[in-house]
Amino acid sequence: MTDVSAFRLPLFRRKREAREVRGYWASVANRLRYDYVTLFFLAIILTIVLLSIFAPLLAPFDPTKTSMAYRMKPMGFRNFILGTDELGRDMLSRLLWGGRTSLMMGLVPVAAATVIGGLLGVIAGFRGGWVNSAIMRTMDVFYAFPSVLLAVAISGTLGGGSKNGMIALTLVFIPSICRIAESATTQVRSLDFVEAARASGASTLSIIWHHILGNVLGPVFIFASSMISVSILLGSGLSFLGLGVEPPTPDWGLMLSTLRAGIYVQPLVCALPGVAIFITSLSFNLVSDGLRQAMDVKA
Amino acid sequence: MSAFDFIGADLISQEEPQAASLDERDRGGKQQPMLIVNGLRKYFPIRSGILQRHVGDVKAVDDVSFSVLKGETLGIVGESGCGKSTLARLLMHLIPSDSGEMIFDGDPVGGMRGLSLRDLRRNMQMVFQDSYSSLNPRLPVQDSVAYGPRVHGMSRTDAMDLACDLLDKVGLRAAMFGARYPHELSGGQKQRVNIARALALNPRMIILDEAVSALDKSVEAQVLNLLGHLKREFNLTYVFISHDLNVVQYISDRVLVMYLGQVVEIGSVDAIYDTPLHPYSRALLDSRLSMDPDDRMTEPPISGDPPNPVNPPSGCRFRTRCAFAETVCAAEAPSLSQAGPDHFVACHMVRRGSGHSRLLS
Repeated sequence: MTDVSAFRLPLFRRKREAREVRGYWASVANRLRYDYVTLFFLAIILTIVLLSIFAPLLAPFDPTKTSMAYRMKPMGFRNFILGTDELGRDMLSRLLWGGRTSLMMGLVPVAAATVIGGLLGVIAGFRGGWVNSAIMRTMDVFYAFPSVLLAVAISGTLGGGSKNGMIALTLVFIPSICRIAESATTQVRSLDFVEAARASGASTLSIIWHHILGNVLGPVFIFASSMISVSILLGSGLSFLGLGVEPPTPDWGLMLSTLRAGIYVQPLVCALPGVAIFITSLSFNLVSDGLRQAMDVKA
Repeated sequence: MSAFDFIGADLISQEEPQAASLDERDRGGKQQPMLIVNGLRKYFPIRSGILQRHVGDVKAVDDVSFSVLKGETLGIVGESGCGKSTLARLLMHLIPSDSGEMIFDGDPVGGMRGLSLRDLRRNMQMVFQDSYSSLNPRLPVQDSVAYGPRVHGMSRTDAMDLACDLLDKVGLRAAMFGARYPHELSGGQKQRVNIARALALNPRMIILDEAVSALDKSVEAQVLNLLGHLKREFNLTYVFISHDLNVVQYISDRVLVMYLGQVVEIGSVDAIYDTPLHPYSRALLDSRLSMDPDDRMTEPPISGDPPNPVNPPSGCRFRTRCAFAETVCAAEAPSLSQAGPDHFVACHMVRRGSGHSRLLS
């Protein structure tokens, strides 16, 4: 195996024993240390997350306080570093607060769908037979719709609000994650080490926990991480259509939607929420890509 | 001289077949066979069409009976697809059998009063052919070895100590190899780990399903040597499945020849290899290549593929490829009949008064 460590220095050095043998996740972390691009975008994600968490402390103004006098002001106008929106609210404060809702829209549905879809997929893959058919054909029904259409339809039925938006997104992501987990499980289930585990008298639950999950989690995790940016975009899309977050709660998608009208007055200011969405989803995508590479062990 | 003897000459210490010494786990006594298999049968259904209609059966293992004595190595040979591996999985109860019974050291397996599956698996373990896929790629090998004892309730530290001990026993320094992952080991090392894993539950019998077939010759010799050593140390009984006739001759005390899901000949290794009686056994043994360049083989001793196990021939299953086939062979299936002190053959030519014009033995 060629190791990149021969050509590059790691960003973070760690003292280690000479003959210490790395575990799987330790070796993944080790490969990531040499991947500067992934580390850079990981840093951006961390920054965005921290900015969102500490938005109440960092935001200079109340994100919902309107002012008829200061509508659509350019960047750097008085104390408004990033200008104001169509109702005179401070853009910087709204972007910081909006990151909270947007990140929630990105992470929560993916996490929920990973747990539910992964569980269904492992059950379908391990049991096989009619259980598999029942679960996977149900998933195929959801799969048949375009994801945006499905998200709009579900949240339209449930009604607006960020909670219903997240439920809609969760339902959209379950089938694809379920399918990944199912195919990985089916592949692993037929290997001899599962037979050997059964031959040593292990229960089904123990086999799934010790032998199946470890081999299924990797592919599912990689796929789920690439879904985060999709989720942020879809969530923003729902808010844009008025189906997700309700005003006056700041949300990047919603801000983009309401600022549409002012695009000819202050184009730079109006593009800011879009830029935020772009940077966040790009970062998640690239980090997911880096993870995929780091976790791909050619045995 | 075969190729194997040549390589193994100095690597392998000749091992004396030994009687099983006393073992506190022994229940049935010395004379009780370790395992008696009676009328074992497994048909795999073939389904086709939208409605998955049952259109036939692959008769993978059909009415197989034999016994394995304590402390012996029973070799099982046969062509690819004759049901050797299915038989191994049936013995381990990894797939359910359609009919037949098993008696392990005097205790019937399964049923209300019999030996439970859990107890059987504690006493009987298996080593698989593919050393790569039989180890979990995400687990360090010592965890793979420790897994069986953990399942049976051993504490984590005890199981780990046992695993390291066993890795040392199979010739892998635990301090160096224990924490490694399967992809960091060679094929022979992985197969050693698999053997350690099989030993972890302290079984009395191990089924080796083509356990050395995928290894190169020198590693194969080392592993065979190890198997002989472990057998003495742990007082084991082996069922050794292989298509390599030389290896089977080397390691076995008795040999069972399978053809199309049935036993055609069973007996001591000398009886089978010196005086094979069934035409299939003879053809199989003749198909070994000689090391002598003057002794070239131009015609295969047996030609063609085995018949389809979905529709096996009537009567004797070998008659379609047998040079001595007569009308009685098509009409009547031969049963195993005694041909020597420890030698049973399923052929009409061995049984007097069977209606076949020839008589062997």
